[in-house]
Amino acid sequence: METYSFLRQFADSWALLALFLIFVGVIFWAFRPGSRRLHDEAANSIFRHDKMPAPDDDSPQTHVKEA
Amino acid sequence: MWDYVKLVVLGVIAISAAIAANYARDMAYMVNAVVVMIAAAITFLVVLRTAGEVRTVNKNEYMDGVVRAGVIATSFWGIVGFLAGVFIASQLAWPQLNFEFLQGVGNYGRLRPLHTSAVIFAFGGNALIMSIFYIVQRTTATRLWGGNLAWFVFWGWQLMIVLAATSYIFGGTQGKEYAETVWYIDLWIVVVWLSLLAVFMGTLIQRKEPHIYVANWFLLAMIITIAMLHLVNNMAIPVSIFGSQSVQVTSGVQDAMIQWWYGHNAVGFFLTAGFLGMMYYFVPKQAERPVFSYKLSIIHFWALIFLYIWAGPHHLHYTALPDWASTLGMVFSVILWMPSWGGMINGLMTLSGAWDKLRTDPVIRMMVVSIGFYGMSTFEGPMMSIKAVNSLSHYTDWTIGHVHSGALGWNGMITFGALYFLTPRLWNRDGLYSLKLVSWHFWLATIGIVLYASAMWVSGIMEGLMWREVDANGYLVNAFADTVAAKYPMYVVRMLGGLMFLSGALIMCYNLWMTVRAQPARVTSHAAVPAE
Repeated sequence: METYSFLRQFADSWALLALFLIFVGVIFWAFRPGSRRLHDEAANSIFRHDKMPAPDDDSPQTHVKEA
Repeated sequence: MWDYVKLVVLGVIAISAAIAANYARDMAYMVNAVVVMIAAAITFLVVLRTAGEVRTVNKNEYMDGVVRAGVIATSFWGIVGFLAGVFIASQLAWPQLNFEFLQGVGNYGRLRPLHTSAVIFAFGGNALIMSIFYIVQRTTATRLWGGNLAWFVFWGWQLMIVLAATSYIFGGTQGKEYAETVWYIDLWIVVVWLSLLAVFMGTLIQRKEPHIYVANWFLLAMIITIAMLHLVNNMAIPVSIFGSQSVQVTSGVQDAMIQWWYGHNAVGFFLTAGFLGMMYYFVPKQAERPVFSYKLSIIHFWALIFLYIWAGPHHLHYTALPDWASTLGMVFSVILWMPSWGGMINGLMTLSGAWDKLRTDPVIRMMVVSIGFYGMSTFEGPMMSIKAVNSLSHYTDWTIGHVHSGALGWNGMITFGALYFLTPRLWNRDGLYSLKLVSWHFWLATIGIVLYASAMWVSGIMEGLMWREVDANGYLVNAFADTVAAKYPMYVVRMLGGLMFLSGALIMCYNLWMTVRAQPARVTSHAAVPAE
């Protein structure tokens, strides 16, 4: 089979299926249980460290505490 | 030691550029070689004056010098690009402005790419680089990685702009829309762009926040996709290393498809994904509330990334492109409407509970209008990609109107918002010089865009209808020149709209200048913190 036809068939079969599944997987991953707390945490991360970087050592107050 | 290596390299570049200018086969190449020579010589002097000095870097500070430079460059190139736009709009209305003594340099055909590149890559590009450097530091709580590499990116990008501008007016072009830059400028763009990627990735890898904030996802997607698009679309073989001419590797419909795969995704990633990164940072910051829904922002991101890349073929309806490909492009363009509006809703609803800020804060008003224009043009775009609509709209001024409601409304307004946000913070000033002037800017810009877009709707639809009008015997009723004559009033209105937009931007520059000059310094708690 010539390269064009092969790529054309591959693109509209397996590649399409794989991309679609990855996409659906990503959406479900966003809604996984327990993601809300992480997302709230991330959404508020822009309000920390406005003036200067976090200190180099891992001092606890600047780091997110994971339960 | 490192400084002396730099001096040697810069010296070699300057001399090689001088030799190249001597052997140049065309004017554009010669002018560019001279520009490179001057740039290398200036850099040589700068490096020489500080050679051997010990430089210290405070790791407890953000690297904001390069962001300040970005604010200045964005404002400057904005004015240049808008001015060029107003001038070529005037040339379309009054062709006498294609002056005889500027033939071959200052006529519409030479200045049009100057305008598009100035607004997209100079104004928009500097806005993106500035925002990338600011946002990635604040959201990762880390100083920029790579030391002076960020400065290399900044100055490298300015050099690219000057090279492109001087090349265009002397006729250097690849004949590809939004990718006019000739082969050696393309190579330079690759170097600068990969350096930008390195700075961004390096900072992300060293981050001190566990999660990578969503704005960075959009910015990273923009950087990577633009690198890919640029490389593929500019596959060309130079005719001579001493000339600006090159031959495309692909030809015919393949080349057209690659060009519009590039062209549409330059819009989709450079002007959409990148500026959405700005939206997801600056809008919540200015509103002082987190983004409406972080989950929606994730879905917005993945849907946009998965869909946008397929939309390009809608630029090639009713051409040699196979039907299946143009239908595919149309379908993906229509589907793309959904994530776009998801993002718009996410941006607008960030203000829920704080709508009163619209009354008191003209900067947030500017951002909200920009999101509104994002929503409008991402509805108009999918509609225009439908084949039946496209058969009327394509090649007409409607397309120009659509592009400008997106570029002036969405990209322009969000950038103005970002500049108003950044300037007091970066220069440590206690707020902007005048909110009243921001309101003036806001109204001038908004009314200007409305005039521009409505003039182009009327002109485009009229033109499309005139082109397809046939009489009872099946003959075309109008000659092309008839449509040109009929468009004259709309061209004048369009020029006025652009002029208002430019005036607003000039007011902004005055306001930002006075903010830095006349506003009292902000008293910060930062100064009292002992160095660690």
